[in-house]
Amino acid sequence: MNSIGTEPYIMLSMVLFLMGALGVLLRRNAILVFMSVELMLNSANLALVAFAQQWQQINGHVFVFFVMTVAAAEVAVGLALIVNIFRERQSINIDELNQMDG
Amino acid sequence: MENLPLLVPLVILVPSIGAFINFFVGAKLGEKWSGYIGSFASIFSFMIALVLLSFVTGTNGGSAVVNFPFVDGWLRIDSIGLDIPWQMRVDSLSVTMMLVITGVGSLIHLYARGYMHGDKWFYRFFAYLNMFLAFMLILVTANNFLMLFVGWEGVGLCSFLLIGFWWDKKAPTGWKNSNAARKAFIVNRIGDFGLLMAMFLIFWTFGTLDFFKAGELPNTEAGYIVHWREHNGLVEGADHGETDDHAEESADHTEETDDHAEEGDDRGDQKQSVLDETEDGDDHAEEGDAVAGDDHAEDTDESADTEDDHAVEGEESAGGHGEEVVCVPADMDAEHAEETDSHADDGHGESDVNPLASDIRNIYCDNGHFDTDYLGVFGQTVNRFGHDEMVDFGSFEMKFDDVIFLIALFMLLGVTGKSAQIPLFIWLPDAMAGPTPVSALIHAATMVTAGVYMMVRGSVFLDELNHAGYVIGLIITLIGSATAIMAGFIAMGQWDIKSVLAYSTISQLGFMVAAVGVGAYVPAMFHLVTHAVFKALLFLGSGSVIHGVEHGHHHAHEHGHGHDDHHDDHHEAEFDPQDMRNMGGLRKKMPITFITYVIGTLALAGIFPFAGFWSKDEILADAFYVGTDGLFAGGGGGNQLAGILAFGILLAAAGFTAFYMWRQIELVFFGEPRTEAAKHTPESVGAMLFPLVVLAIFATIIGLINVPAPFIVLDSIYTPHNFGHFLEHSLISVSRGHTIAFNPLVALVALGLGLVAIYTAREIYGKGKGVAEGGRDQLELNPSTRMAFKLANAKLYWDETYFRFLENPFNKLSKFMADRVDWDFLHDYVHDSVIKRGFDSIAKLLSQPFDIGLIDGAVNGIGWLVQRTANWMRGIQTGNVRMYAVILFIGVVAVILVMLLPFIQTLIQSGS
Repeated sequence: MNSIGTEPYIMLSMVLFLMGALGVLLRRNAILVFMSVELMLNSANLALVAFAQQWQQINGHVFVFFVMTVAAAEVAVGLALIVNIFRERQSINIDELNQMDG
Repeated sequence: MENLPLLVPLVILVPSIGAFINFFVGAKLGEKWSGYIGSFASIFSFMIALVLLSFVTGTNGGSAVVNFPFVDGWLRIDSIGLDIPWQMRVDSLSVTMMLVITGVGSLIHLYARGYMHGDKWFYRFFAYLNMFLAFMLILVTANNFLMLFVGWEGVGLCSFLLIGFWWDKKAPTGWKNSNAARKAFIVNRIGDFGLLMAMFLIFWTFGTLDFFKAGELPNTEAGYIVHWREHNGLVEGADHGETDDHAEESADHTEETDDHAEEGDDRGDQKQSVLDETEDGDDHAEEGDAVAGDDHAEDTDESADTEDDHAVEGEESAGGHGEEVVCVPADMDAEHAEETDSHADDGHGESDVNPLASDIRNIYCDNGHFDTDYLGVFGQTVNRFGHDEMVDFGSFEMKFDDVIFLIALFMLLGVTGKSAQIPLFIWLPDAMAGPTPVSALIHAATMVTAGVYMMVRGSVFLDELNHAGYVIGLIITLIGSATAIMAGFIAMGQWDIKSVLAYSTISQLGFMVAAVGVGAYVPAMFHLVTHAVFKALLFLGSGSVIHGVEHGHHHAHEHGHGHDDHHDDHHEAEFDPQDMRNMGGLRKKMPITFITYVIGTLALAGIFPFAGFWSKDEILADAFYVGTDGLFAGGGGGNQLAGILAFGILLAAAGFTAFYMWRQIELVFFGEPRTEAAKHTPESVGAMLFPLVVLAIFATIIGLINVPAPFIVLDSIYTPHNFGHFLEHSLISVSRGHTIAFNPLVALVALGLGLVAIYTAREIYGKGKGVAEGGRDQLELNPSTRMAFKLANAKLYWDETYFRFLENPFNKLSKFMADRVDWDFLHDYVHDSVIKRGFDSIAKLLSQPFDIGLIDGAVNGIGWLVQRTANWMRGIQTGNVRMYAVILFIGVVAVILVMLLPFIQTLIQSGS
């Protein structure tokens, strides 16, 4: 019923996902890495909703709820970790957090 | 009468029991009682032997095969048909030996009670003596070679024990005694090897070792002849005429009845006395399985008195007049038997008897009704010899006759060991180290005669061989005569009183063996009997002398020094009571010993009318006869040579005998005492003198048992050659040979030679000359006889020769083998150097590169590899979070690609 079709939404989702992925790989700031991860997650949400709409199923919407929940929980935990790391090292530059090596 | 042979096991058992008692409680019993027990056992056996003698004479030469009670089969393995029973033989030959052994043995037991008085091991001595008696009696009563061998070895053992009886004396005497004992035992053993080989051959050839089976007749040269029952004042002949009576009597004591009539295995009485069971009913005539049926029974077979047709020239006619009884050859039929009736006497009911009737026993003249396989060794030989039979030994075959020759040669080896012939006589002079009763009993009268007995027992072999022309007779005669003269020569140069007697024994044994060689078996046995008597007499007399001189020495020392501390040392180191040089003039001091000794000497020297004259003369006469006429009609030429050689050599040996015996008498009894000991010699105690006197009496009269015809004074009670007839029942060879007439020429020559020798000895040593100065012999003074004397004194260097050529090389070789070969070579070189080093290097080779290098390397290498890998893989953990993220990302992409793979493929396909 959508006149422009689903493809533009999927393309947007792909672009967002790619931006998020690049951000994870290329950013130095841990918080920005997290923001990129969120971005990836949101792009996935977008794709889910778009397809749900296309096929008129409710499964997509439900799954978006799950993803949001998980994203929220993950952010909580992750940010807590980052705070603790900052307290120890006064830096959240992930290149500097390389003591767990072999 | 027929059951008397059943007593024969007692003859063995009683001395054995005596030995047991003395062994175990003898120490507690004390001298008196252990001496009594020993002597009683011996005398008891003598009584039994007398009873058996009455059996043999009463049944006119009957013989019996007796199974030992309670012993059912000795060596029996049914699955291979092996059956060697413990069976005893009672016949005239074995009874003769029994009488000699127990008679002389009993006297020696009595003598030993006096001689060994005060000895610490008195009871042990009597135990050994009884044991010896038991073994010797086993030997002579044996009915098979194996039992004989048990006795043979047993007497060898007892000889060892008794020679070395004083092994615990102070050195060096103790050592000397035990060395002598060992020498006797070992040298005897070499002879035993010969006997064993003979037994093996006999068993292989004949399948049995038995002398005679039950019911077999030893002497079957009867044929179909008339038998005489001789009246010799003995029990009335209990032979054929009394079959009826005995048939009835037997039914009372036994449990068989009509079976007896079909026994048919002898003439006269066939008694089946039952000891344990009764199972006999077999007909011997049918099969050899009759033997199995006789297991627990005793068989008495009677051989009737056989007289040869070609026998003595008329001497028999002087004998008894008896009843005629006819024996039936095996192939005779009933009618024929009736025609040749016998006259009965006193209603014994044989006048109209048909011998083949079923209600009396059949009377057979020969063994023809037996299968050859059933017969004993000698019966088989008679049947099988001379028929070109071959004996199969597996890988090769041999003629039967040759096998018999080989058997006889091996038996001869046994005889040279036991009866002290060349080359195995060397143990006998050393055996004098034992106590004198031992020397008297074992080495004069009994054990050494075992070999001669065995030869006479096996005379069938020799007889057949001589007939067939083998030279066995010549060999035996040569050995015997050589021994006789060699020992006689040595005896002339000995100083020790017992050595002279020892060599004299060897010499006389040579006489006996030579007699056997020329085929004169009865003279050989006769000489055995007489020799036993007078040699025992001489030995006991010498023991008496030795005892007396020892006592004299003690007294002299007491008188002279007055202290007793060092007696033993002094005596053994300095004074030899057996050395004749320390004696002299003893006839005044020991008169009874002197008289008995002279009687013994005269008997040995062969002076009329003492015993030795008869027996020695008969040997010489037979040898002469064989040498001139040939005893075996058509026999081998070797026999004549043997006869002539025997005659010449034995005559010379007889001369030597008389000479050295009279020399001994002169040195010991005549002249003046040469030492203090001799001056103080007392006469011996009664216990020792009594046997001497008894033996002296016997030495005088025992020759009468076999007197030749011209000397018979009382016709009616005396037959000439009584002993010969007696032995004839056991030896087929005797009736084949001759009982030759008395040869006055030979007798005179022998007698004259003896007297001349005695006179010569008296001239040289008598009349107070005795020993020359410096302890030298009279013969040494004369340069022409000095060498001879020295040789004789040195015993012809036999022991030294044996040592040089046998013992020493052997000892050196064994030392070499032990030290050099075994120790140095095998142990040190082979073991240590070769084996140990080789093993070590191999082990090192294996361990170093292989174990340590390879295996350890492999295991260690794995560990190293794991470590390297882990090290390398640890590098992945850089700690760089961004790199982790990239890898994550790539991984996700890969997973998605894999999941999308099918879609991609369809996309590509639809696109292209």
